[in-house]
Parts: sequence; structure tokens; C-alpha cells
Amino acid sequence: MAMPLPVLEELKSLLEAALPGVRTELVPNGPVPAQASLRVAPTDADAAARFLRDDPRLRLDTCSNVTGIDWPDREEKTTSKAIVDGVEKETVEIRRVPGYLEVVYHLYSVSLKHGPVILRQRTANRGDDCTVASLTPVWRGCEFQEREVYDLFGVRFAGHPDLRRILMWEGFLDHPMRRDYVAPDDHEYEPTPHDEVLALAKAHYPAPEAKP
Amino acid sequence: MIGIGIAKGLVQTARNLLGTYTDKDRLPTIEYPEERQALTEATRQFPFLVHDGDDPAKGLRCVACQICEKECPPKCIYIVKSRDKRVDYKGQMQFYPATFDIDYSVCMSCQICVEVCPFESIKMDTEFEFSTADRFRGLLFDKHRLAKSDAHYHRIHPTDAAESDAVMAAERAKAEAKAKADAEAKAKAAAAKLAPTPAASPEAQMEAPKPGSDTPTMPM
Amino acid sequence: MNRPTPESFVVRPRVDHEGTELEGDMLEVSMGPQHPSTHGVFRMDVVLDGETVVKLKPVFGYLHRNHEKIAEGTSYLGSMPYTDRLDYFCSLTNNWAYALAVERLAGLQVPERAEYIRVITAELTRLQNHVGLCGFLLQDMGALGTPLMWAFRQREKVLDLFESLTGARMMCNYMRFGGCRCDLPAGWLEQARTVVADFPAFLREFETLLSGNEILMARTQGVGRLSPELAVAGSVTGPMLRASGVDYDVRKVDRYGIYDRFEFRVPLGDHGDVYDRYMIRVLEMHESLAILRQALKGIPGGPVIDPKAKLRGFRPKPGESYGRIEGPKGELGFYLVSDGGPNPYRYRIRPPSFINLTLLEDMCLGRSIADAVIILGSVDIVLGEVDR
Repeated sequence: MAMPLPVLEELKSLLEAALPGVRTELVPNGPVPAQASLRVAPTDADAAARFLRDDPRLRLDTCSNVTGIDWPDREEKTTSKAIVDGVEKETVEIRRVPGYLEVVYHLYSVSLKHGPVILRQRTANRGDDCTVASLTPVWRGCEFQEREVYDLFGVRFAGHPDLRRILMWEGFLDHPMRRDYVAPDDHEYEPTPHDEVLALAKAHYPAPEAKP
Repeated sequence: MIGIGIAKGLVQTARNLLGTYTDKDRLPTIEYPEERQALTEATRQFPFLVHDGDDPAKGLRCVACQICEKECPPKCIYIVKSRDKRVDYKGQMQFYPATFDIDYSVCMSCQICVEVCPFESIKMDTEFEFSTADRFRGLLFDKHRLAKSDAHYHRIHPTDAAESDAVMAAERAKAEAKAKADAEAKAKAAAAKLAPTPAASPEAQMEAPKPGSDTPTMPM
Repeated sequence: MNRPTPESFVVRPRVDHEGTELEGDMLEVSMGPQHPSTHGVFRMDVVLDGETVVKLKPVFGYLHRNHEKIAEGTSYLGSMPYTDRLDYFCSLTNNWAYALAVERLAGLQVPERAEYIRVITAELTRLQNHVGLCGFLLQDMGALGTPLMWAFRQREKVLDLFESLTGARMMCNYMRFGGCRCDLPAGWLEQARTVVADFPAFLREFETLLSGNEILMARTQGVGRLSPELAVAGSVTGPMLRASGVDYDVRKVDRYGIYDRFEFRVPLGDHGDVYDRYMIRVLEMHESLAILRQALKGIPGGPVIDPKAKLRGFRPKPGESYGRIEGPKGELGFYLVSDGGPNPYRYRIRPPSFINLTLLEDMCLGRSIADAVIILGSVDIVLGEVDR
């Protein structure tokens, strides 16, 4: 019953042969090579997902896990050495790499008992264009998990039947799992005993003075 | 026939009811404050600081390395390192905690502070009745309230305490051996220095340890 | 996926015995978060037509503390005690799933004795979770007290074992990356063998009390049916999935740890209703006992932790890993992304009881409100894990 899953390179060529025009990218994974993943463009995600679900060799009929990952903007430093006027000079070039949000799907086949195949989608940026394709129409199990990714990361899923906040309340503005999220300090909350007690402790024991 | 399943269940319940009068296994509850369950040796509630000897102010094993403060997942430990040093159980000059507070209202009894402590100085207590009306100050334990004797530790966790004694004895032996070797090496170096030039500098003579005093005294 | 709409379950217009149409408004009920049948702070927005559920929307987040964000600011080891608090009934399986993901990421090997200890503690966890769930489910059906207290009486014996091994009854924090925190105390295996030997007698009693009970059958059979196709598409896992007749057990499929060494069967249901979900759990307890008997017999000596494992300063190489185990509630997975630092860059839990709730509405539509309560009970949720 259990059928070996084609290796990811094979799977990629299968997918690209079946769906002309769909481009995928292999994302290697150093420590766990068996869990490398396949990145698809949001426009192709639905077709690719349907292929993975319906192809008789793959039959990835359950989407086990949906995860968001935030990759904020970062600066990449490239140092280049050039010999100018006989003197070696180092020029540091700082390039701004725009960040993006990533959604990772872990797919398993219950009927053929293999997996995981890991599918990734990326948003264009972290600001105004955070849209990826929803895979809830393909796998019903993504419904709450995609809502969670929307709630905590702010990824919009085009085609989701019921895209609302799920863990935070309606009317909450920010997305707390983003790396640059700053917890608000102006809302009403009960002081945690921790902060209170540490403040007390610090007041109670002033920093010890240097002994002569 | 409908009802047989229910009747069987009722017979079972009746057996259980009658069984509670004869079988301790069927009535396992105890009347808590008067009767108490024996705690197992592994039981952990909240951390305490172990001190050797009778005086907690002098015998604390803690050297304020602040590893537990850093590793504590809910960050409930607050340590201020002393400015001066004193002799620790290994016989070395060490810092000690000027302040050592644990907020029991935040502590989640995970025992990670105990695992990461390299000095066998913080251990888990088995006491759990700390209810208080003041949830802020009443559950902030300072080092005087946290300090408990090694004998207490031996009483609540005999196996662990024996193990940690063995670890400490081994470390002490190592420290002694190292001190001895250092002293010998120094003496040798000093002797080697002294031999070719009889008029050695007074500093070198002062640095060379006197024989017999190279083993530090135990603070225990 | 064609999903049922509220309209398809509206039973109006109703006609009384004289043939006149009865009119009535839909009733919107907010069940929870303080409702005793919701197993914690869970809320359902239910729209009722008479007593029939025509719409049901689960509302989450009352226990949300963003555990995943906390874990991003804590060391790998520091997240271990927090995993205890996800599904506080099954801290040892939570520990295992997290340890498995980290071990995969860091390439640590687990010594054989530790693998046996993990299997033993995980199966004990499954026993006490299922026995507790059976009690709670009966409580939801109105069998107040007796079944729950009987279940808890037996559960306490397993918790006693946990206490003498790990020091805590529920928040065990026992497993470490590359093994377990400490070795078994003297006499523990004997104690465990006694508990395992006594358990079947209890199960027999429990089954005499309940499984043939006509009231229980009338209340649960045919209620909350879930078809195998929908269950698979909805990512339902664990006893819920197997009650629908899908043969899928991560212990058999992934063969993580040393589960390939033990002989056990995977019980399957035929109807996918609440009664099947109850019976699957009872049968799984029998299989867990079989595994336990084999493991307690074959446990070897040796170390319990990989000597390469580091407690402090643990920094796995950059990359990602997904580790999953068959928890008592379903597939429990941990997805970790490392950037080479001491804290995980991304730490995600795949919570089985949260994802099993995806199909709650589908199961409840067209049933009465009292059935919705037991359907929720049969899903077996713990809010610490649902809201994280």
C-alpha cells in the first residue's frame, strides 16, 4: 500500500510537465535534506496544489500544517576589492533586500501513506501586497490555519471563504507574529506580578556600592 | 433486551459502592490538611538555595554566575552580583549574590535553573503551601527565605543530594589537585628563577607560596 | 468542496396538526466561553432553528498567549517547559514531539534506553488522556460524576508514575534533546508494571458500566457523523480520523522512535459517529497496554541521553525541520526554522485539537444543540493547545 514518494526533483519535473507554464523553485534544506521544499508563485499555487492532490502517483490528500514565516527587510553587505592606483581598496556595498512573508504547507498522503511534500508561497513584500493564493478550496483543513496566518502575520489569502481574525479579536490592528511587532503599552491591562515585583525588588535593593 | 446494559452498569456501580467500605483501592481520596500524601523523592515545587554549614549568610553555594537568571524561561530570577569575593566551597575566591530573588508567583517549577547550575547550589524544594494575601510582595522570596541547609536537601532528595555531594567532592578534589599542581609549578619556577640568580627580586619570593599553606581551607 | 449551507438545514415552514404554518425567528446563542460543556474557554456562536443547529461558528482566542512568539525569544531548551502547557493532559507527548523536531534539526541520536522510556511514557500519557476523555465525554452527556470519577481514579495511578519519574504530575518537562532528563528511579519499572497489569480490570469494569448502556448508545450512535473523505480533506487526525474508518496512525506510518519494534493494531471505526470515537479510544487503550507490556519487558540498560547533546549554548545549524508524532489527540507536529542562533527563528506548533475543530460545523449542522455538546466533547480538545 505504501508507495515511495518521488524525490523532489522528480516531483518538480512531473509538476512542470503536467502544468505547462507553472514554474517552481527547489528550496534546499541543509540539516534535513529530506524536507526540502518547492516554491510556487501565488498565481500558480492553486493549479499546482490541485495537481499534487489529484495525481495518482502523489495523491497528497491532506494538508497537515500551514505556517507563516516573516522575513523582514535586511541589508546585505557585499565587500569587493579593487586595485585603484596600485592600492588595494575595499568597497562595501550595502544593498537593501526587501522582505517578504512566506507561507509553508506540509502535505501528506493519507491514502498512499507518504509525505511530507513541502510547498511554499511568497508574498511580493511585507507592506501593501501581502497576497497569496488560498489553498482552502483544495484542502479544507487549511481553513483555520490560513485564518491564523492571516491573523498573526497579515498574509491575505485570495479565495479564502471566510478570512477573519481567529486568535486575536476583531478590531485588533496589528499582526503580532511579525518580527517587528511592538506590543502596545497603552491598553488597559493588569500589571503582571513579574514586572511589579521586579520593580519592587530593584527599589528595595539599590545597586550595591563599591566597597572601599 | 433493552435495559440489560443499564442494569449491568447499575450492578457495577453497586459493587463499587460496597467495595469502598472494604477496598482501599476503590476509595483513594484522603482528607487533605489532616492527612497528607507521601511525596515521592523526585517531587519538585519551587527552587531554593542550598547552603553548607549552619550560617546561610556565609555558606551559600551560589556564586552569582547568573546562568539561571539567563536560562530561566519565565525570567523569575533576579540576581545582583556582589562587588567583593569570598572563599567558596572549592576554596576559591568567588563572588556571592548580593541579592537573589525568585518570584514564586511567576516561577513555573520547570527545574531548568537546577539543571543548568554548575555549582549545585539551586535545588527544588517540596514545600508548596505558600498561599498569601499579598500576591506581589508575599511571593517574592529573597535569599534569606530561599536559603535552606544542605541537611534539608539531604532529607527531601537523598539520592540527588548524594549525587551532588559526589560531584562536589570530585570538583573539590580537582580544584585541590590543580591548586597543588599550580603551587608546585610556581614553586619550581620560583626555584628555577632563584637558582641561577641568587639575588632574586623580592616580588618573586613573595609570589612563591610557602610550603604547607597551598591547600586552601574549606569553608564548610 | 461543497459545504452545507445554513439554508439546507432550516426546517421551516413548520406546520401544526391543523395544517397552519408556524412562524418563528432563528435564535442566536453564544455558547461559552464560560459554558461547562466547552472544555475550557471555547465559544461557539450557534444559530438555532428551534433546537436544530443551522449555523455554528467556533470563536477562539480566549486563552491565546502567543506561545509561538514567546518561543522565538527563548532558547530551544527554554521552550520545553512551555510545551507542557499546550495540551496539559499530555505533557510528555508534547515534549517528545518538540524534542523530535529539534533532534532532526540538530542531528542528535537518542540512546536506546531513552527511546524505550519515551515510548513507555507516551503510551502512559495516551492511557491517561483517553481515560480522562471518556469520563469527560460521559459528563457532557449528563452522566454526572460516576464515570468521570472512576476515570480520574485510574488516571491518578498513571499520574503517580509521572510524579515519581519526573517530579510533577502534569507539567512533566521530562524530555531533552537527545534523550531524557534523568534515568528511571529505582523500582519505577515494577510500579509501572503493576499499573499496567491492573489497568485491564479497570477497563473491563468501565466497559461493563458504559459500552453496552442503551442510553449511551441512543445518545451517541449516528450523531456527528464524519465521512472518511471529508475527514481526510479536513486534516482531521488521530482517533477522530480512525473513527471514520481511515487507517492512518503516525506511529505506523512514520515509525518514529522505536515503534516498529512493537506489535499493535490500529482500531478503526465504521460509522464515524460519536459512539465510534468513544469506542476507538477504549480500544486504543487496550493497544497502548499491549505496547506497554512489550516495552516494559524489553527495556535495555544504558545511558538516557546523547553525550553530544548540550544543555546550554545549543545552536543548531540554519535550516528547518518538521517533526510529528501521534499524540493522544491526533498528529502533533513542531515546525522549526533555525537561523543558527540560540533561539528558534520560527517555532510553529501543529495543534491537533485546533485543526480537528475545522469540521465541527459540518458535524453539528442539522443536529440538536444537545448533540453539538457531545460532538464537541468527542473531538477531545484542550484549550491550552487550541489557543496556544
